[in-house]
Amino acid sequence: MTRTDIIIVGAGPVGLFTVFEAGLLKLKCHLVDVLGQPGGQLTEIYPKKPIYDIPGYPSVLASELVDNLMKQIEPFNPEFTLGEKAEKIEKIEDSLFKLTTDQGTEICAPVIAIAGGLGSFEPRKPPLENLEKYEGKGVDYIVKDPEKYRDRDIVIAGGGDSALDWTIYLAEIAKSIKLIHRRSSFRGAIDSVEKVMELANSGKVDLITNAQVTAISGANSVESVTVETSNGIVDFNADYFIPLFGLTPKLGPIGEWGLEIEDNAIKVNTYDYSTNIPGIYAIGDINTYPGKLKLILCGFHEGTLMVQSAFKHIYPDQKLSFKYTTVTGISGLE
Amino acid sequence: MIEVTVIDREGEEHLLEAPTDMGLNMMEVCKSYELPVEGTCGGMALCASCHMYVESDNELPEPTEAEEDMLDQAFFVKPNSRLGCQLKLNEDLDGLVVRLAPVGE
Repeated sequence: MTRTDIIIVGAGPVGLFTVFEAGLLKLKCHLVDVLGQPGGQLTEIYPKKPIYDIPGYPSVLASELVDNLMKQIEPFNPEFTLGEKAEKIEKIEDSLFKLTTDQGTEICAPVIAIAGGLGSFEPRKPPLENLEKYEGKGVDYIVKDPEKYRDRDIVIAGGGDSALDWTIYLAEIAKSIKLIHRRSSFRGAIDSVEKVMELANSGKVDLITNAQVTAISGANSVESVTVETSNGIVDFNADYFIPLFGLTPKLGPIGEWGLEIEDNAIKVNTYDYSTNIPGIYAIGDINTYPGKLKLILCGFHEGTLMVQSAFKHIYPDQKLSFKYTTVTGISGLE
Repeated sequence: MIEVTVIDREGEEHLLEAPTDMGLNMMEVCKSYELPVEGTCGGMALCASCHMYVESDNELPEPTEAEEDMLDQAFFVKPNSRLGCQLKLNEDLDGLVVRLAPVGE
């Protein structure tokens, strides 16, 4: 089991900058994020959008800010567990927590900082009746093992890159593949759109546009999906239905950790951004307090104050003397 | 001030007063009245979590390509589907009636 000083749940901008502030106090951090790359919303939702309210940057692209933060924290050698969701937190000793991810990775630390933004990014699920009943029984939101679709009838829904990419990939494997999309143009990469059009023309993909899936049926697993098209309603045989409508943040397991929650956010004390559980802090968009503003800038401030309190929590008998970076410098950035 | 009606997912109508001089959009109006609209991305037309149907015949600007692209991530999209964040409040929206679109869990 990995051991660190602070486990940071969420590798968005606030989680990343907290590594820097913790590093100044010689505290080690381990970040956990459900996404496969750091940056959180900045990487997942708006990488190419300029941000105008980061002090010192008249304008900075979200993706650039993430790159810069990664560079800024590099000297402190943070550890990352990416592509895994923080699932469970338990107290294993008097002042030691153990965090377990959905893939069984275990990390322990005396302090946990939740910088989870709006929660963990999860596939957006269509509001279809009985959808849950078919989850894992023909309804897949992520393609993990393409081989399972060999020689089966597949229906994919969506119009973005993942819908196009998997349609192209599975066209070679599946017995039949239908791509259902609500309009005739696609927002994915031009190459992928052209490839899907080619596959449609050669009959390898059944492209059904101006259409939406409205129902799923089958006794125990998916047997058919109902599609509403401009020409009426049609039922298609399907062994698998793969809705690919992007990712959306959900509070998820964070809501089950015994923390005081209000309006999908964790209540904190603004003195040090501590939660109702000593040793667990919440910073950035995930927390709430009177006057809260969901700004990256405010999250940076929260993380900075939080690590001071974390230090005292870990080393109650040690004195902490505050030093400016202009005095001490940062080995590795000089 | 204009008046707009928002019909929630239970079918209940909410008549709301909204100022036109604050640069607000329909997503923000719904949120300020604590109606269940997420607006995850904050209004950049980047998340589709403020999907609503326009049920009145107010003259509205056509959706941009970016809005159409994001509607691809919404469900039960209809010809009158819009993203609330792209409906900027002005006098043309007086009397607007919108219905919140269904969301998955």
